[in-house]
Amino acid sequence: MRVHVNGDAREFPEGTTVADVLEALGTARQGVAVALDGQVVRRGDWAGAVVPDGARLEILTAVQGG
Amino acid sequence: MTDEVLTDGDQLVIGEHKLGSRLIIGTGGASNLTVLERALVASGTELTTVAMRRADTEGGSGVLELLRRLGITLLPNTAGCRSAAEAVLTARLAREALDTDLVKLEVHADDRTLLPDPVETLDAAEQLVADGFTVLVYTNDDPVLALRLEEAGCAAVMPLGAPIGTGLGIRNPHNIELIVARAGVPIILDAGIGTASDATLAMELGCDAVLLSTAVTRAQDPERMAYAMRSAVTAGRLARAAGRVPQRFWAQASSPPR
Repeated sequence: MRVHVNGDAREFPEGTTVADVLEALGTARQGVAVALDGQVVRRGDWAGAVVPDGARLEILTAVQGG
Repeated sequence: MTDEVLTDGDQLVIGEHKLGSRLIIGTGGASNLTVLERALVASGTELTTVAMRRADTEGGSGVLELLRRLGITLLPNTAGCRSAAEAVLTARLAREALDTDLVKLEVHADDRTLLPDPVETLDAAEQLVADGFTVLVYTNDDPVLALRLEEAGCAAVMPLGAPIGTGLGIRNPHNIELIVARAGVPIILDAGIGTASDATLAMELGCDAVLLSTAVTRAQDPERMAYAMRSAVTAGRLARAAGRVPQRFWAQASSPPR
């Protein structure tokens, strides 16, 4: 299935969770937050949050700014 | 008295947060983290902004580690957001990522001016206050809008001196005074500061704090300018408390008459 991660289309197997996506991308766990189709997924829910086909996943972190 | 103004007796209180420094620094524009660290230390700041951006595959960024090591409280912003919906989602992601209730709400109308969009800003402020955030809101130097944002429950209102990054100083000092005169929450002059005298003027006008970034991070010597800004904010705060002499048209002799 296809998931749009930070705007890039990527292929993942059915049943992939938010935690699986972060693992596959090698994203740091600290200081990041995830929105699945515009809704924040709490850190504690990452392992249980299944990503549907065609979903938009945004993974944000803090950078220098402002 | 002086000690009270300069130290613990004169805290800036924003919601539940108490700060000993009235200078808030933005981290954008610094050429590298070493330069940023020296500037932050020289500024004496206790609250510093970060932006939220898409994480690359490496993840994270050194700025968080730096701010935590220096014991500086994080103030995530919503810079880059163009609508209330975007700003609210970004604020919620920042709260989740950084474990803070603080947010600097900014909704920019367009890229050329980066001026705040007042309609979207007020909408987002209402939503974020209802969601339990401590909202510091970036706004135009509009006294009416400043009051509306306070009524919406914002913990601090941050009118601009001039557009972000212009260094044009405080273009409408009277508006800033009007905002201060009616405010029940801290007023923080945000954006437009170019040099130390601008920061002093903000404090002389009665602002409770100054937020600046470019003026320090893009100065030729950021560390030195950070110290200048720290001194400038203190000087302005003291002058405001001291009460300046009235301005006069004609001279008034300061030596006794014969």
